Amino acid sequence: MRITVDFDLCQSHGLCTEAAPELFEIRDDGFLYVLNETPGNELAGKAEKAAIECPTGAITLSDD
Amino acid sequence: MTDARAPERVLIVGASLAGLRAAEALRKRGYAGTITLVGDEPHKPYDRPPLSKQVLSREWDAEKVFFRRQEGYESLGLTLMLGQRARSLDVGARTVTLEDPQAPVLEYDALLIATGARPRKLRGTAGLSGVFTLRTLDDALAIGAALAQHPRVAVIGAGFIGLEVAASCRKLGLQVTVVEALPAPLVAILGDAVGAAIARMHLDHGVTLRTGVTVSRIEGQGRVERVVLSDGSSFEADLAVVGIGVTPATAWLESSGVALADGVVCDHTCATNVPGVYALGDVARFHNTLFDEPMRVEHWSNAVEHAQLVAATLVGAPAPAAQPPYFWSDQHDVKLQFVGRVAAGDHAEVAQGTLEQRSYVVAYGRQGRLRGVLASNAPKQLIRGRKLLAERASFDAALSALREAQAVGPVVAPL
Repeated sequence: MRITVDFDLCQSHGLCTEAAPELFEIRDDGFLYVLNETPGNELAGKAEKAAIECPTGAITLSDD
Repeated sequence: MTDARAPERVLIVGASLAGLRAAEALRKRGYAGTITLVGDEPHKPYDRPPLSKQVLSREWDAEKVFFRRQEGYESLGLTLMLGQRARSLDVGARTVTLEDPQAPVLEYDALLIATGARPRKLRGTAGLSGVFTLRTLDDALAIGAALAQHPRVAVIGAGFIGLEVAASCRKLGLQVTVVEALPAPLVAILGDAVGAAIARMHLDHGVTLRTGVTVSRIEGQGRVERVVLSDGSSFEADLAVVGIGVTPATAWLESSGVALADGVVCDHTCATNVPGVYALGDVARFHNTLFDEPMRVEHWSNAVEHAQLVAATLVGAPAPAAQPPYFWSDQHDVKLQFVGRVAAGDHAEVAQGTLEQRSYVVAYGRQGRLRGVLASNAPKQLIRGRKLLAERASFDAALSALREAQAVGPVVAPL
């Protein structure tokens, strides 16, 4: 799975960092960082939760 | 996968965020029956939060608010019926009748009520042009077109919609006056001290605030010219945007037998008192198990969570855990994020920063328990607060955890 974040849409709500802390992090600069853009299947559920909960629809998941 | 109990025909009334997300979640869970999605607006489902912000301030083309294009609905395998408003529900026959007499009567095995809410109107303004409410894309486009004429704007009600409209008007360089009955914006939701901080932020950005007064009437020859206030004063305006709350859209359910009480009453799974009938999103008075109280929540994330919950319930999967309500509001250079549920009289304490800055965190509590966290330009702390609420943390423990957390970072531009 590949995670793509549209940083023009991302507003650092941060809900993805709670849904999938292994994959997303907000740093002290207030911006979102993707920790792993190509996670294994074991993180697919969490990545999907992050994409669903993102208030700006900034997270897209695709097959590699 | 779908289990044997899953209904064969799902009818979703209300084609906005909650309704569409429920359809998507059902398909994601392998539901293979029919889905009909009925909406009363002429538009395909779209996202409402940008309407008062990016659409009004003309940063976005309106096309950008739509969730899916036509082919996106074909791939979801659902029947989309737009421009159709529900007239009544017959729970015995399991049918929904639409207002359009030409439209077929719709049968269902499971009915999802996602009709949302409608803005309250200001009495005595019928027949006066230039008075708007903001709920739909058409509302936003109409207000946007009017704003292009450089009007002096009156915003009635300093709730989230009103304050966002005011901020968008300032971004466009327009003169804007906000009228609020309470002593400061948002005091009923966030308390006096935070309300005062939000008032200062708007004043700093050139908004005129008239608080502690109500609108007696809006005057004009056929269109808005002047707003007269309860203290006898008045100000000139060319356009008024009214944001004085919403009422749940339940008129069509009045005699159906579905229990109503300022919304459709439902349990922690979104199930109503009528078998096979569920309610979700703004219209649902839902029992939140985390707070152990019924609540009707008019926020984006609530609609998404209900959609996930209903889909799980319908296919017989375990329900996701209840979440504390979350909302945000972008005003000028501030992103306000709030998680939890507070009520008048709750204790509020600043956990980080000061209210004089744009970045701060406030914890709210009642009877020793954390009830809410407000983060202004502090997204990391918001998430920390959300976790503390989900853990049912005590107020004192939460306050120390929020205070120990790294200091509030630099201001994040919200848009």
